[in-house]
Amino acid sequence: MNTQIFSLKSILATTLFSAALALSSCAAPAPTAAPTPAAPPANMTLATTTSTNDTGLLAAILPDFERQYNAKVKVIAVGTGQALKLGEDGNADVVLVHARAQEDDFVAKGFGINRRDVMVNDFIIVGPTADPAKVKGEALAAPALRKIAEAKANFASRGDNSGTNTKEKDLWKISAVTPISSTTGWYYAVGQGMGETLTFANEKAAYTLTDRGTWLAQKNRLPNLSIIVGGEKVVQNTDPALQNPYGVIPVNPAKHPNIKANLAEQFAVWITSPATKQKIALFGVEEFGQALFRPL
Amino acid sequence: MLWSVILLSLQVSGLALFFAAFIGVPFGAWLALTRFRGRSIILAVLYTFMGLPPVVVGLMVYLLLSQTGPFAQLQWLFTTNAMVMAQAVISTPIVAGTVMAAVSGVEPDLRRQLLSLGATPLRAMWDVVFEARFGVLLALVAGFGRNISEVGAVMLVGGNIEGFTRVLTTAIVLETRQGKFDLAVSLGLVLLGLSFLVNGLLLILQTRTNGIWRAV
Repeated sequence: MNTQIFSLKSILATTLFSAALALSSCAAPAPTAAPTPAAPPANMTLATTTSTNDTGLLAAILPDFERQYNAKVKVIAVGTGQALKLGEDGNADVVLVHARAQEDDFVAKGFGINRRDVMVNDFIIVGPTADPAKVKGEALAAPALRKIAEAKANFASRGDNSGTNTKEKDLWKISAVTPISSTTGWYYAVGQGMGETLTFANEKAAYTLTDRGTWLAQKNRLPNLSIIVGGEKVVQNTDPALQNPYGVIPVNPAKHPNIKANLAEQFAVWITSPATKQKIALFGVEEFGQALFRPL
Repeated sequence: MLWSVILLSLQVSGLALFFAAFIGVPFGAWLALTRFRGRSIILAVLYTFMGLPPVVVGLMVYLLLSQTGPFAQLQWLFTTNAMVMAQAVISTPIVAGTVMAAVSGVEPDLRRQLLSLGATPLRAMWDVVFEARFGVLLALVAGFGRNISEVGAVMLVGGNIEGFTRVLTTAIVLETRQGKFDLAVSLGLVLLGLSFLVNGLLLILQTRTNGIWRAV
């Protein structure tokens, strides 16, 4: 009985499948003779930071690239440290990250070629709406951090050597507060992504440094937090230290022969093209009422 | 730094195993020695829970302890208490199920003889469990192995916070994400070595304490 049902099912499935196949082959009459009519899309691996992926930017702009170049982009969204490491080891074809010093080092060591500016977004400090450290009104990040440290208010750090974490450490350096470690009792190195760190800050009434894009995309689920430093809009952010430039770097095929060098270079050209720049400039306006990235 | 991570891993997983054994061993023995209506349903549920995905347990514990959850007052989220709680939930069914299988394998006449010789039901149960001691030890080893190697739940409810809730498995995830594969691999080896040590200790304990078991 069981086997009978099973075979009936499989017959049905096979029929449907072949019908779908027939339909799809009908629907592709190939009227315009493209140079490579039915070539399977080429795979390319993009190693990038969580911010470009979590905000939905890549999902919004990548289909255009995939169509134009008949490519399938595999996005690996990790911290800047691992993204660069993926490129270094030849496990990614192109990287899109935001940690200028590490990027320059990556190129200087010959792992990547021809870094190009792509866009910029900004960092903000968010914290408990009650603002226990009385930071609100501070326009610059470094004095704000100093106040947080003096008040011994909870602070959540990414703690993962990501671009955001690197920026945070730089800001602490400017603020001249030392040493920053878990032994202080108020500084928490979460060691996870931005989303998890924001969740932690929301639960534990902690301040944290975040990129504005991730904040805007997730703030609805973070009822206890609000923006403390950086203003409600990118244009209100007057601290140059909080600007966050992104660069695209194709991995050097001389180091790894298996790299899809052509596609990676095409990607770098495409993402810095005027048409893509315009898409980047418009991304987020509809959903968040403001642009999340400013193309360079 | 490394030592505190190792110590915390042992503390959390050991404590969770303690709670899992406290509930799981008697429950497993009771299930093996008792017949009642609906027992097979409980068994089916138990077997299912033996394969509980840790990340699902983590999610449940998270929702219970979160600021918006029913036990927010405890302030346990992102503490080691939450990690112990999650791991205990994960390993209790494994301990109970393995103990049940081991105790079921003991000659059924033994218990009847003990009872007819005048042993109290509790005393008879203890002696039967003693006969199944290798299986009980295996249950503890399996439970501990599951605890110490578990990453999904402790990451969610502990938060992998340096100096507070970072354990070996979550440290490995962090180092891997940063591309520090050599450090990640070393931590993995430490984890393996630790498991080997603990299991060795349990084995020694088991052979040494045969006499003590007998004396109770």
